[in-house]
Amino acid sequence: MVKLAYLIPFFPLASFTTLIFFGKRLGPKSALVAIGASLLSLATAAPFVWGALGGETYAHSFEWLRLAGKPLLFGIWIDSLSAMMLFVVTSVGSLIIIYSVGYMHHDPRFPRFFAYLSLFMAAMLSLVLSPNFVMFYMSWELVGLCSYLLIGFWFEKDSAARASKKAFITTRIGDVALFLGILLLFFTTGTMELKNLKPEFLGAFAQHSRALTLAGILIFGGAVGKSAQFPLHVWLPDAMEGPTPVSALIHAATMVAAGVYLVARSFGLITMFPDSLTVIATIGSLTAFMAAFFGLTQTDIKRVLAYSTISQLGFMIAALGLKGYAAGTFHLMTHAFFKALLFLGAGSVIHGTGTQDIREMGGLLKKMPHTGLTFLIASLAIAGVPPLSGFWSKDEILVAAFESENRIFYYVLSATAAMTAFYMFRLVFLTFFGKPRKELHVHESPAVMTIPLWLLAIGSAVLGIPGSPWMNHFFQRFINGSIGGEAIEHAMNPFVMNVSVGLGLGGVLLAAVVYLLFPALATFFGKALKPLYLASYHKLWLDELYQATVIRAWYGLGGLLARFDLDVIDGAVNGAGAGTLRLSAIKNWIDVHIVDGLVNEVGAVTQAFSSLLRRIQTGLIQNYLFILFLGILVILFFEQR
Amino acid sequence: MLILASKLFIYAILFLSLVAALGVVMLPNLFHSALSLVATLIGIAALYLALQAEFIAVVQVLLYVGAVMTLIIFAIMLTHRIGDQTVPQKNQQSLPAFLALAAFVGMVSTLILQSNWPVSETVARVDALALGKALLGVYIFPFEIISVVLIAGLVGAVVIARKD
Amino acid sequence: MPIPLEHILIFSTLLFSIGLYGVLVRRNVIGILISIELILNAVNVNLIAFSRVHTLNPEMGQVFAIFVIALAALAATVGLAIVLALYRVKQTIYADEVNLLKW
Repeated sequence: MVKLAYLIPFFPLASFTTLIFFGKRLGPKSALVAIGASLLSLATAAPFVWGALGGETYAHSFEWLRLAGKPLLFGIWIDSLSAMMLFVVTSVGSLIIIYSVGYMHHDPRFPRFFAYLSLFMAAMLSLVLSPNFVMFYMSWELVGLCSYLLIGFWFEKDSAARASKKAFITTRIGDVALFLGILLLFFTTGTMELKNLKPEFLGAFAQHSRALTLAGILIFGGAVGKSAQFPLHVWLPDAMEGPTPVSALIHAATMVAAGVYLVARSFGLITMFPDSLTVIATIGSLTAFMAAFFGLTQTDIKRVLAYSTISQLGFMIAALGLKGYAAGTFHLMTHAFFKALLFLGAGSVIHGTGTQDIREMGGLLKKMPHTGLTFLIASLAIAGVPPLSGFWSKDEILVAAFESENRIFYYVLSATAAMTAFYMFRLVFLTFFGKPRKELHVHESPAVMTIPLWLLAIGSAVLGIPGSPWMNHFFQRFINGSIGGEAIEHAMNPFVMNVSVGLGLGGVLLAAVVYLLFPALATFFGKALKPLYLASYHKLWLDELYQATVIRAWYGLGGLLARFDLDVIDGAVNGAGAGTLRLSAIKNWIDVHIVDGLVNEVGAVTQAFSSLLRRIQTGLIQNYLFILFLGILVILFFEQR
Repeated sequence: MLILASKLFIYAILFLSLVAALGVVMLPNLFHSALSLVATLIGIAALYLALQAEFIAVVQVLLYVGAVMTLIIFAIMLTHRIGDQTVPQKNQQSLPAFLALAAFVGMVSTLILQSNWPVSETVARVDALALGKALLGVYIFPFEIISVVLIAGLVGAVVIARKD
Repeated sequence: MPIPLEHILIFSTLLFSIGLYGVLVRRNVIGILISIELILNAVNVNLIAFSRVHTLNPEMGQVFAIFVIALAALAATVGLAIVLALYRVKQTIYADEVNLLKW
């Protein structure tokens, strides 16, 4: 039965292969292939999710290859966490694919889009099913690749091409950290199995606390990249260049959630060596606050949502850093639904009005009722208004922050919650309420787009119930079955709950006052708090900072290496040539002077000798006689001896 | 006593002949040189006498001194106006020749002194009769040849010296 | 033998070398001819000396001495004829001015 689970990622993979080869021939029917595959995955996953709800765990693995004597395994691992992820990915994914039929209707590369979506589904599903870091890392990389392909889907646009590159490179930095962390873990403990990240196994390596703390932080580095935490958050807003379904699926619901999933899986490791927890919580809270601050002033509808995503991911990360395992994972599930809904709604707005600038919108509720209503439901959820899902999950997180050692996290996160409510409803009021600021031709989206919106709205509304007291905190109990460390029970804290509701409603009201009733207030506050406004609008100039420092330095290094490469190689070649020339010149000199010289010398010597000998022939007879006599003398001399 | 005196006498002849020979080659004036040669020849004739070769001694005086020297002195007198006495009579080779000859003399002398000459004490007398018998007996052939050679030489000399 | 044979031989050697010296050194051609006579005389002395010592065939030496004398006379004659001819051609009687044997 377990082996059936291999089919879950297999269906979308088959869809990808089919659409890559036969997509052009299939044309508009490609969507059916993708949707069919996605629904089949959903159907195949359902029994496993149902089983996990009953407390069952499914495992299977086979050996892929041997590394230093240790086998590398591929396989399946389904516990409550992966079951929850399976549910989220298949359901939200299927709805988004259906929505894309309407959104990408006029696109000339329609089949290719669905091929990429299918590939992404396959990668994401294999990621959540991975039993060990090997398969996990491979799926992680594949997911990153799909993100690159899909962000840059409209690659004719220069901004889209640059954005996809930025996304890939920025997440790559995190991926390197993750890889190092995996290696460090492997070399310290000898294992890469995720199920071994529990105190029973890791306790044996307690003396390597420094190495394992570092491993935990490095693994978290991967999450910093993928889940767009500070300082690697810069790619996510630019990723909005991609089509809106992509933003919804990848950059709201699933891929960015993979970072949170990673931290959740490493929970056992990071709680055993608590220094990493502080790092995680700090970065999470900081990101949440900072992103919310940026979201206050953005004018592009998708950008606001992008910063919102970063902020909410910060919440989840911070929750896990504060040992709130159930809180973080709960928010992951609820966020997937309402954020996907928000993005799809924004896509609907863009599709209907033709613009993305909220300053050009207004009063759309009347003309786009379905979009508007579902968007409103999602906004209420994210603001944390009970009894919608967002309230329950956000409340869990705030309780975990409240009860942790350092109250500062609570204060920061609460302030962020307030800001969340404010900027979300700023967006709502400016887009859907008030008077239209520009004459636009507006039409509601087709059913193929609005039906997924309503289905997601239902999810956003009710999915909080399993974690609420009305179902006896079933979700928390369910998810704690997969926890690595000790199960942390957070009792309901009425103080926290009341404060959070107050903050949420307060934010909504403030937004209503500023943007609905007295629009002049907005400009007033903008001028009065100009430095803050500019800091927020320019995202604290972080992009510019990165460009001026890291990127320029990297380009400089590249240029330097290129020049070195050129000089050394060309220099070597030229040097060889010059050396050969010089050698041949020397040989030439040798040939001319020594060889020829020798020959000439022989002639010269012969001439010298002969000119010497010539002088014997004087013509004088007395000389000849003398020499004759000398000859006789010689003979005499030798005869005498 | 007599033997000693005769030895002395012979040594004196040898010495004087050598001195005269030296005079031949070294005297710058050609006439003096010729006269010196006469003296040498006479000295050698005396030596022949001492060696009891009387016939040869007389032949030497008759032919050499009488005929050859006369001829040479005639030639010298005839060509005397041609020669110039202020011109040096030694050419460039004098020193090398002297050295070579000194070496030659040294080597040959050593050779002579080291050799074992088979000397017999009994002296064989050779008089004119025996000589005449030998000349026209055993040595008739060279004798005749000599006459031919003499004729040839005569004719040749006339041919060469003739003005044409 | 009144004096040892070696002495006479040494004497004849000396005479010979003096004559040879004259042949090699004298510039005047007639001087050279005179020196040749000396050489021939030295040979004669040698012959006579040896003839005295040999008992087996004592005439041989003297006979050869006669021949040598005859030939010497001949040599002088022909030589002088050549000198005259040379003077007619080259206007000189000095040997080192005549290098006609060069090539």
